Amino acid sequence: MMNKLILGRYIPGNSLIHRLDPRAKLLTSFYFIGIIFFANNWQSYLLLGLFTLFCVYLSKVDFGFFLRGVRPLLWLILFTVALQVLFTSGGEVYWEWGVFQITEFGVQNGIFIFCRFVLIIFMSTLLTLTTPPLELSDAIEFILRPLNVIHFPVHEISLMLSIALRFVPTLMDETEKIMNAQRARGVDFSEGNLIQKMKAVIPLLIPLFVSSFNRADDLATAMEARGYQGGEGRTKYRVLHWHKKDTVSVCVYAFLTVALIYLRA
Amino acid sequence: MEPIINLKNITFRYQGEQTRAALQDVSLTVNKGEWMAIIGHNGSGKSTLAKTINGLLLPETGSVSVGQLDLNEENVWTIRKMVGMVFQNPDNQFVGATVEDDVAFGMENQGIPREEMIPRVKEALEQVKLTDFASKEPARLSGGQKQRVAIAGVVALRPDIIILDEATSMLDPEGRQEVISILKEIKEKYQLTVLSITHDIDEAANANRILVMREGRLVDEGTPAEIFSEGPSLVEKGLDLPFPERLKQALKDRGVTVPETYLTEEGMVDWLWTSILNK
Repeated sequence: MMNKLILGRYIPGNSLIHRLDPRAKLLTSFYFIGIIFFANNWQSYLLLGLFTLFCVYLSKVDFGFFLRGVRPLLWLILFTVALQVLFTSGGEVYWEWGVFQITEFGVQNGIFIFCRFVLIIFMSTLLTLTTPPLELSDAIEFILRPLNVIHFPVHEISLMLSIALRFVPTLMDETEKIMNAQRARGVDFSEGNLIQKMKAVIPLLIPLFVSSFNRADDLATAMEARGYQGGEGRTKYRVLHWHKKDTVSVCVYAFLTVALIYLRA
Repeated sequence: MEPIINLKNITFRYQGEQTRAALQDVSLTVNKGEWMAIIGHNGSGKSTLAKTINGLLLPETGSVSVGQLDLNEENVWTIRKMVGMVFQNPDNQFVGATVEDDVAFGMENQGIPREEMIPRVKEALEQVKLTDFASKEPARLSGGQKQRVAIAGVVALRPDIIILDEATSMLDPEGRQEVISILKEIKEKYQLTVLSITHDIDEAANANRILVMREGRLVDEGTPAEIFSEGPSLVEKGLDLPFPERLKQALKDRGVTVPETYLTEEGMVDWLWTSILNK
């Protein structure tokens, strides 16, 4: 079950993309989602598509991972594309039936929407595939830091995030163990109708909650025993380094924006 | 010998439990450089005692002092700097997302500059023989390795005292051996005082002094030789016998006369081969 989920998974590697600063990757990924809405004709989509494929090539991650990243969202994409195709008017009409019509503009819009979806998914998959979750949380902390001015608890949020990430594998293991223990006592997690399936989850969820609270209690005690008193006066062991290649990657995005504005209709 | 931990007439009751106090009138002194073991069966108040020493629990009556300081709200953080603690569950005390982050966590709390943290993390990991694991995540470590990381986190803080709150109870025999031998090394190197709370009788046999607890009270105190030579009466206190004692018992049952005094494993081996040669 866990192996099929590509979203949020990290593939270790040592490519150029892997070595970029996580702040650069996070910011540019969001920026990419912003500028993709600038694209409105064949040329601009072609440019963005080639750019994305180039990034994928640089990451040296197997292309299959990206395709599998698209799969869980496939129905949403098809639904949206279908709506676009069926309800957009204008241009030459190819087919008509009641309120539905397939037109030249509709088909064009459908293809554009499809490209937009796929490119956004590729880019965000690229971010998570090439950045360890921990670096991502460091980057989020850095980016949120200005919010300290309005008394937003940046340190607490980032500690929360890193503890949550640290416990994901532990809780996965635990879930697996509880499931097996309950299976050994006759619980069937996959059979029956929806309500029966939901009921079968109870002997899994309750112990999991109890153990999470116990873990939290133990962890809090251990943290306190090691002198944790909150963010004030605390130093940091992990630091991020901004290199020349990160500046270059930001510049590439600046060029991309300029090119996009030039190409758009 | 200079006393480093001093507990006077400690009483402690958990909230909502009126029937029996978890600790009743406990007084004890631990000397500097000593390895003290506290044994006793489940619910005898061992872990509660450990938590009162660094202020994780505040006693109802009585006083605690560590070093020259009395434990109170003002001093509690200074005392926690002097006392490092390793807990029972290796999974639940791992704060960092990787080994080196976890070792650095305590130092971060103390505001130690990063330039100083880097060599200290390295040194602490060398000490527990986990240098190659510096960037590994906790999910990829064994229980014994996680406890060694916890010890490294304590060592990096340069405390005076290490408290082991059943630190080896969730480990397999191999991991337990590893952790104990590393602790012995560290104790010698940094001249630490060790207070180990344990079920494991073989771990207690390493100590200079053993305290026996029962139902919130200290019922016995002495060197391992003194405590273990009590023999079968230890079992009545709910404790196990160390292996040489059990062997002695088995020999006695088979009609062999054995020495009354407590023997360590080496002592037992010596006695065995000399007595066989005499036959």
